[in-house]
Amino acid sequence: MLKHFTLDGKRIPFAEGQTIMDAAMAAGEYIPHLCHNPEFAPHGSCRVCTVKLNGRRVAACTAPALDGAEVENDTDELRDERRTLLQLLFIEGNHICPACDKSGNCQLQALAYYCGMTAPEFTHRYPLRPLDASHPDFVIDFNRCILCELCVRASRDADGKSVFAIHGRGIQAHLAIDSPSGKLGDSKLHKEDRAASVCPVGAILPKHTGYAVPIGERLYDRKPISVAGDVSDHRKDSS
Amino acid sequence: MVHEPRSSNTPVPPRGEGLLRSLVAEQYRAGFISAARIQALTAERGLTRAHIEGVIDFYSFLHLEDVGRFRILFSDNIIERMQGNRALAEHLCRRLGSPLGEVRADGRVSIDYTSCIGMSDQGPSLLVNGHAIPSLDVETLDRIASRVEANTPLTEWPQEWFEIPLNIRKKGLLLANEHGDGDAVNALLSSSPTAILAKLEGAGLRGRGGAGFATAAKWRLCRDAPVTQPNQRVVICNADEGEPGTFKDRVLLQGYAERLFDGMTLCAGVIGADRGIVYLRGEYRYLLAPLQASLERRRRAGLLGRRIGGRAGFDFEIEIELGAGAYICGEESSLIESLEGKRGNPRNRPPFPVTRGYLGRPTVINNVATFIAAAMIAAREEGWFRGEGTEQSSGSKLLSIAGDCDHPGVYEYPFGTPIDQILEACGARQTQAVQIAGAAGHLLPPAQFDRTIAFEDVATGGSFMIFNESRDLLEVVRNFADFFAHESCGFCTPCRVGTTLIQQNLTKIGDGRGSRWDLETLRRIGALMRNTSQCGLGATAPSAMFDLLDHFEVVDKRLHSDEFEPAFDLDAALQEARQATGRDDPGAHL
Repeated sequence: MLKHFTLDGKRIPFAEGQTIMDAAMAAGEYIPHLCHNPEFAPHGSCRVCTVKLNGRRVAACTAPALDGAEVENDTDELRDERRTLLQLLFIEGNHICPACDKSGNCQLQALAYYCGMTAPEFTHRYPLRPLDASHPDFVIDFNRCILCELCVRASRDADGKSVFAIHGRGIQAHLAIDSPSGKLGDSKLHKEDRAASVCPVGAILPKHTGYAVPIGERLYDRKPISVAGDVSDHRKDSS
Repeated sequence: MVHEPRSSNTPVPPRGEGLLRSLVAEQYRAGFISAARIQALTAERGLTRAHIEGVIDFYSFLHLEDVGRFRILFSDNIIERMQGNRALAEHLCRRLGSPLGEVRADGRVSIDYTSCIGMSDQGPSLLVNGHAIPSLDVETLDRIASRVEANTPLTEWPQEWFEIPLNIRKKGLLLANEHGDGDAVNALLSSSPTAILAKLEGAGLRGRGGAGFATAAKWRLCRDAPVTQPNQRVVICNADEGEPGTFKDRVLLQGYAERLFDGMTLCAGVIGADRGIVYLRGEYRYLLAPLQASLERRRRAGLLGRRIGGRAGFDFEIEIELGAGAYICGEESSLIESLEGKRGNPRNRPPFPVTRGYLGRPTVINNVATFIAAAMIAAREEGWFRGEGTEQSSGSKLLSIAGDCDHPGVYEYPFGTPIDQILEACGARQTQAVQIAGAAGHLLPPAQFDRTIAFEDVATGGSFMIFNESRDLLEVVRNFADFFAHESCGFCTPCRVGTTLIQQNLTKIGDGRGSRWDLETLRRIGALMRNTSQCGLGATAPSAMFDLLDHFEVVDKRLHSDEFEPAFDLDAALQEARQATGRDDPGAHL
């Protein structure tokens, strides 16, 4: 017999072993998220999917669903916290949307719209992060990395290559590449790798194309992310 | 259909076990971990170079570049700042011509600060190549400098410099009572695991680390967790005492290690474990040799190894693993990640370590004082432990008392003792505030000194830092903010970015450039960290800051204005333009 919890009052069925996020996604309900992609093991690092489970905050992507539980998701309080988390991500890196090829197809930008973020508000860090264009097919712009580790997970778990890793600690944490020179061009990343097209923001971008989709026709131009879904769901159209 | 829950945690890397040990050994052998050594490790262990470098990067005591023949680290917690550590560090830098944070050009020495090394009752202190020297003064530093210049090996330095007095000021239930080396093991052999569990439960023993989970319940959950081979469970002692201002575990490891090992062996016998690990913080590396000697004595006495106490199937070994300078590894799941050869990021829970811990095996993790208490409870009559403390917090608490008082050191008090009684006993006067439970704990004003040390009132892992009326509490909280920004693992957004924003805002206010807007920012970020951080570090990092804002007036007095103040100095920002145009007239200034 299926078990249920309620999400903002709606009954959501789930099977044993599913997380709140799994069950909500299966039921077609949207819980905002950035580091989660159902293809990969949940991670729980961005904290954007924080919901209240029987009054206690948990990350929906890692918290097991509980029978009879009340889950709050789309509330003013949680939306405000999500907006603040997004602001922290914006000021941590260098996110210049108007100049970014991923604009309109970027989950960070789309979520910021969805959560009503109008300005970053906090003091920008403006870190100096050189980009890496050494690979024939991809460029990595570390300025836009949000440390979701989707490329780390995809390369390790789907491609079996572990091309990516995290170095540094605290605010110095950053994406690193496994190759003799530390450059992407010397790594084993191949055009067809899952890790190459998993980035939800504009940190890993294909070369030889740019600004291909006109403004107005991009993924999140017409529909909010809650309806359009993740970048990964539209891989063929968006890359 | 029943699904196996998807693990949200990083898989155990192949041959990751023992990686940290190899790296620590290489660091102390060569002074750094070379590219060639990393290359060799990738081949030996089937790990990528990026993985190994990511692990090295995570720990403050591991380096990719040579840090010199003598690595000198001054402990930089707030107590040692009050004791004048900064002036002493600057003195040594001048004396040796070795700029702070750099390796001297000839590669002989480097000097830097490090997080609290567990010596605030006898600071200022430093670590030289992992060995602690307490009670520093200018004269000692001058003598240290001569030895560094003469390239004298550490073994030929005066050994009395390295002596660390225990400084036990008050003995209570645990420290005043005797305990024979194998008393707990013998108690188990003459009764049964269930009888021991009942005894621990009856005693009401709760984890001494501060969270206070019932010890008997933890051990029982682990004992009941399924394993594929008998005794496949693991007992881990969390000796990664990193909370600033704490040193009681160091004292226990120096003077009471036999009891700890007895308690761990007891736990192994109760839950069915064949493997024990003491995760010893890197700052206590100098305790490694005496602890290993103690383990060797126990092996010879039949209290460790195969057939303990002559009983077939009671096989248990204890190894000691060294940490390498990462506060977060005191969080139990980070500690396990660290042991598995990964960065010490906290895990998502469930699963909890009692069902899936080290290498996926059911694991009990307790701190030093908890194992010692368990050993002593097992060896004694029912009711002994319950005779002290309160209904919800039985027994006693070891406190590490430091700061503005006449007699800093370790004090053992029954739970339920009021703070003002402790202050009086240690000779504290004109106390402005007490920070209890370390940087992650609470800053209490005098109006709360009638509160008591207990899980149900003021819970603490044992740190007790005293600040008199002459101290600037904003500096105290800034020191904590620096600490958390340095020690955040960087995994989750609110802690990674929030700790840095809090640090920046407190600095701005401390420098006299703060506004009411900055206070709002502090509160907003602090609340976000409390609510959404992945682990306790991020959730508790803003606690002292909230206390400062809620219970003290110092911050209000330091605000520059009620309106918005920019994050940078506008006039200073014009300096480049003034230089370029050769102007310095009043019109070129704001």
